[in-house]
Amino acid sequence: MALLKKYRFAVFSLAVLMTLFFFDTPQGITALQVTAFSVKEMLMIVPPIFILLGLLDVWVPRETMVRFMGTGSGVKGVLLAFFLGSAAAGPLYGAFPIAAVLMKKGTSYRNILIFLGAWSTTKIPLLLFEMTSMGVPFMLARLLVNIPGILFIAWLVDFLISDDERQRLYLNAEHLAR
Amino acid sequence: MQQLLLYLFTFLILIISYGKNPDKTRLALKKAWRSFENILPQFIGVILLVGVMMAVMNPLTIGQLLGDQSGWSGVVLASVVGAVTLIPGFVAFPTAALLLEGGAGLMQIAAFISSLMMVGIITIPVEVTYFGKKSTLLRNLLAFLFSFVVAMVIGRVVS
Repeated sequence: MALLKKYRFAVFSLAVLMTLFFFDTPQGITALQVTAFSVKEMLMIVPPIFILLGLLDVWVPRETMVRFMGTGSGVKGVLLAFFLGSAAAGPLYGAFPIAAVLMKKGTSYRNILIFLGAWSTTKIPLLLFEMTSMGVPFMLARLLVNIPGILFIAWLVDFLISDDERQRLYLNAEHLAR
Repeated sequence: MQQLLLYLFTFLILIISYGKNPDKTRLALKKAWRSFENILPQFIGVILLVGVMMAVMNPLTIGQLLGDQSGWSGVVLASVVGAVTLIPGFVAFPTAALLLEGGAGLMQIAAFISSLMMVGIITIPVEVTYFGKKSTLLRNLLAFLFSFVVAMVIGRVVS
C-alpha cells in the first residue's frame, strides 16, 4: 500500500500514456521514444549530482553552511544561491533533492527559493541555447527582468510563509535527506 | 562535454574523499542512493508525462494560438501553455525560435518561455513533497504572474 502511494504519480502518468496509445498509437510510440531519450539524458546527469550531494552532506559541517547561506549570510548567501542554481544542469525538479540537503544544512528559506529561481531561469548552459536561438537582446532583456523577479518572488514567498510552516518544512527536509 | 567534465570532477572528489576517510565516503554514497530513491517514483512519473506532452504538442498549433495579433489574451494563453508543459530547455529555445518564424508574437513567446521555465504545474506534486502546499502554490502563482511582466518588458525593449 505504501508502495502504491509512493508510485501513484507514476501510475497516473503511465495511465495517460496508455490512453494515448489506445487512441493514437503512432503518437504513443513517439511519446515512448521521447521518454527513452529523457531517461538517457537523466542517467547521464543524475548519478554525479547525487554523489556530490552525498559528499556535501557528509563533509560540509552544518555551521559552515549556515555561515555561507543561513539567515544571517546576507549578500554572500544570495550570490552563492544564485551561483549554485545557475551552474546547474537538468530540469527544475532535479533541484528539489539538492534543496532538501541545503535546507538540512541550515540554508535560509529565502536562499533556497533564490536557488530554485536561478536553477529555473538563469542556468548558464541554457543561456547559450537562448542566445543562439533567440538572440542576445532577448536573452539580456529576459535576464535583466528575471533576476530581480527571482529575488522578489523569493522574498515574498519567504515573507508569506509562517514560522510554524517554515519549521515544518525544515523538519520534512531533514527527513527527506537522511 | 559538460557531462564528461561533471563525471571527471565527481570521480576526482570521490577519490580524494575515499583517501581521506573511506567510512565517510561509503556513508556519502549510501546517502546519495537514498535521496535518489526518494525522488525516483516522481522522476518516472514526470518523464512519462514529458513524453506524452512532446508527442501531442505541435509547434504549428501553438504558433497559431500565439500569433502577433493575439494581444494580452495571447500572452495569458502563452503563460498557461508554458505552465502546463514540461519541455527541456535545449528543445524549448529552438522551438520558440521556430514559433516566432511561424508568426507567433514576441510578447507571447517571452511569456511562454518565462512561464515554461519558472512554473511547473505537472511537477507540483513533486514540489509539494519537498516544500509543502503553501510555498509551492505561492511560488508557482507568483512566477506565473511574473511571466506577464517579462512579456511586457520584452515586448517594449526587444524588437
